[in-house]
Amino acid sequence: MNKIENLLEKCKEYAFDLDFNRAKQWKSEDDSRVLVGYMPIYFPREILHAVGAMGVGVFGGGDRKQIIKGDAYYQSYICHIPRSIIELALDKHMDHLDGFIFPSICDVIRNLSGIFKQLKIGRFVKYMDFPQNFLPEVGGKFYQDEMKHVLKYIKELNGVELTTENLNHSIELYNKNRRLIEHIYNVRQEFPWRLSIEDVYHVVRAGTVIPVEEHNEILEELCAIIDEDIGTPMDKIKVVVSGAFCEQPSIGLIKAIEEAGCYVVDDDYVLGSRMILTDIDSKSDNPLEAISNAYIYHSQYSSSIYDVHNPKEYRLAKIAKQRSADGVIFASASFCDPSLLDAPIFQNAFDKLGIRYIAFQYSENINQYKVIKEQVGTFSDSIKLWED
Amino acid sequence: MSKEAQKERSMVLQKEMIAGLFNDLANAKELGKKVCYTFIPGNLSELIRTFDMLPVYPEINALQSAMRKKSASYIKEAERNAHSEDVCTYVKCDVGMMMKGNIGPTGQKIPEPDVLLLSYTGCFTFLKWFETLKREYPNAKVIMVHTPYQENAEMTPEMTEYMVKQFTEEVIPQFEKVTGIKYDEGKLKKHLELAKEAEDWITKIFDTTKHKPSPIDAYFAGVYYIGPINIGFRGTEKAVEYYRELYSEIQERIRLGLGPITPEGEMKEEKYRLVVEGPPNWTSFREFWRIFYDIGAVIVASSYTKVGGVYDMGWRHDPSRPLESLAEYCMNCYTNLNIPQRIDLLSKCIENYDADGYITNSIKSCNSFSAGQLGMMREIEDRLEIPVGFIESDLVDPRYFSYSNIKNRLESFFQMLEQRKSMETINEK
Repeated sequence: MNKIENLLEKCKEYAFDLDFNRAKQWKSEDDSRVLVGYMPIYFPREILHAVGAMGVGVFGGGDRKQIIKGDAYYQSYICHIPRSIIELALDKHMDHLDGFIFPSICDVIRNLSGIFKQLKIGRFVKYMDFPQNFLPEVGGKFYQDEMKHVLKYIKELNGVELTTENLNHSIELYNKNRRLIEHIYNVRQEFPWRLSIEDVYHVVRAGTVIPVEEHNEILEELCAIIDEDIGTPMDKIKVVVSGAFCEQPSIGLIKAIEEAGCYVVDDDYVLGSRMILTDIDSKSDNPLEAISNAYIYHSQYSSSIYDVHNPKEYRLAKIAKQRSADGVIFASASFCDPSLLDAPIFQNAFDKLGIRYIAFQYSENINQYKVIKEQVGTFSDSIKLWED
Repeated sequence: MSKEAQKERSMVLQKEMIAGLFNDLANAKELGKKVCYTFIPGNLSELIRTFDMLPVYPEINALQSAMRKKSASYIKEAERNAHSEDVCTYVKCDVGMMMKGNIGPTGQKIPEPDVLLLSYTGCFTFLKWFETLKREYPNAKVIMVHTPYQENAEMTPEMTEYMVKQFTEEVIPQFEKVTGIKYDEGKLKKHLELAKEAEDWITKIFDTTKHKPSPIDAYFAGVYYIGPINIGFRGTEKAVEYYRELYSEIQERIRLGLGPITPEGEMKEEKYRLVVEGPPNWTSFREFWRIFYDIGAVIVASSYTKVGGVYDMGWRHDPSRPLESLAEYCMNCYTNLNIPQRIDLLSKCIENYDADGYITNSIKSCNSFSAGQLGMMREIEDRLEIPVGFIESDLVDPRYFSYSNIKNRLESFFQMLEQRKSMETINEK
């Protein structure tokens, strides 16, 4: 295997390790280390890093975990991710995680936090209520209180007090992480054949379950490789994928979109790792406020964030334009309220703006993509063959 | 052919109140009133009244449409416009109604909103709902009130502070701007005093189900009882008068040893006492209720009647702390409680009202209620060793109400209750 193959193989292994072995190993190296599982979409992992803890992304079992117990907790008309997360917990895949954070995404994930509390899974369970008020002195202050609440839980476990210096250092590491990931997307915008979207997905998702320092090293090596002229261009259109920010499509589906004739030049698959759009101030006297301000002023749009003052349809349209995309694919998890409730907003706007799109639904555990592949293929052909 | 529904005097009073509100809404322009769309959970009725605005509750419009058998066509209209089959049917019904002219339950047109007061309390879909409406009513002012979730079964000072700041920094200044009326805290306090009084009465009313037979049904009739307190009359003399009257009627029923009045007539024999979790189905509301009536099952408590406020644990609006009190009210609505809190609350209801069984009506398109209900049901069954039943329907989409499936499931559940009662009798002997 050459260097890039080695790197990608390692990321693939990390990304879908449902036992989170690398995190487990990291924790075993020091008694004071704490592991905190966090659900999609976003959590400011910097604050965990600064107090000797590590955030571990819990994105469900995908198509790699058979659901038996989880179905007893969720009706058929509720999305798939809560049942696979419960299954992972009840099958003890996450026993080494000390606490769990459920960021505010939707009613299902919110109530899942209550089920974790009821079943007494983990040493703490925190529903992280992200502010929907975007005034720094109102919503920003509340967000800082929420972060302090998380820090209190960690301190109860390892006794580590947050310092400004440590948090600024952690912010710098995550700034670097975001910059490197963005670099990959920027390179792919021009040269999407240099790294497939499947590989990008593995690389970014791997970063949610390993130490950030290690992820940064991988990203640096990878960026150096894809900065070279590698791979062979193919006749495909460019698309942006939107709507898959929580329950993740299986890797087969991610792959199928590109195989069907679409280079995915932007997506919201592991949105949390790209949520903050600029560097967070890493020289602040009040780094919690810096993290809060970054969220308030410089976060990506999402279906879970109240947006009427900064409409999401125009933000997505801007991304499509900046990435020179030929169209947008709306991929929503079945029964995903935030994504499906946004569909008419996006589609009505895109009809008016003349942006081409298709929409389909998936479930994390489906591994039959024939229909979706045909749909995507037709979309690609219609643009390639019939458009000017 | 079904019999004509019996009407209690309080029902007539309520009908007049609601007709009056819709009449005012139809004439809002002439009356010089601004119109505020908002939601039931976390509704800031007293504050809206302080600014002399008229409230519109889209959920109420949706459920009224369902009861008038109009929701199916409204939902289809929304689905033709890219709304998914699998999302909240209240939203689709409301959007469809708007697309078809926004004619309300009294046949009068509901005016466009001046304000969309987004009380984001216990239901994430509310946020998406008003994002959708904002795009339909671009001139309306949208004001967001984010109610923190009681994730840790508590209302912390930080949570209250966050809400009060939203009132002082956003809601009140925006209300002043839209209405041209200056905020008058004295006026708000008066409304809060009346709200407190109405809350005392409604608590007493729902507590009467302790009697055997229960004089009321706390779910099917309960949804009517919560009407005035939830749809903008909380904080008014009218609401106090209505609840005083209702309480007096119920006292008379207790004195006479009578059971609940239902649309099919008075319930003669109370065979089972139940607690229900989840909203009712509105498209076949009467048929749904009749299944319980036919078997002699009375609902002695329900979570749904707490969706616009939980008063039975002692919390009340407090005029001496007006804004803090409004904040606490919002945070204390049923769907803003975490799952263990919901379990504790329902367990208390089962014990306090001596229920024989517990039923979950799981609503397809309402994840705020439905997600977690199976775990809650299992916990309640284990904790109280009480028979539990599970049925599925939907709020306002008639495609998801299957009468025979629900009836079959309920009949099996009632058979289980009957067997349990027989065993208890044998054991007692």
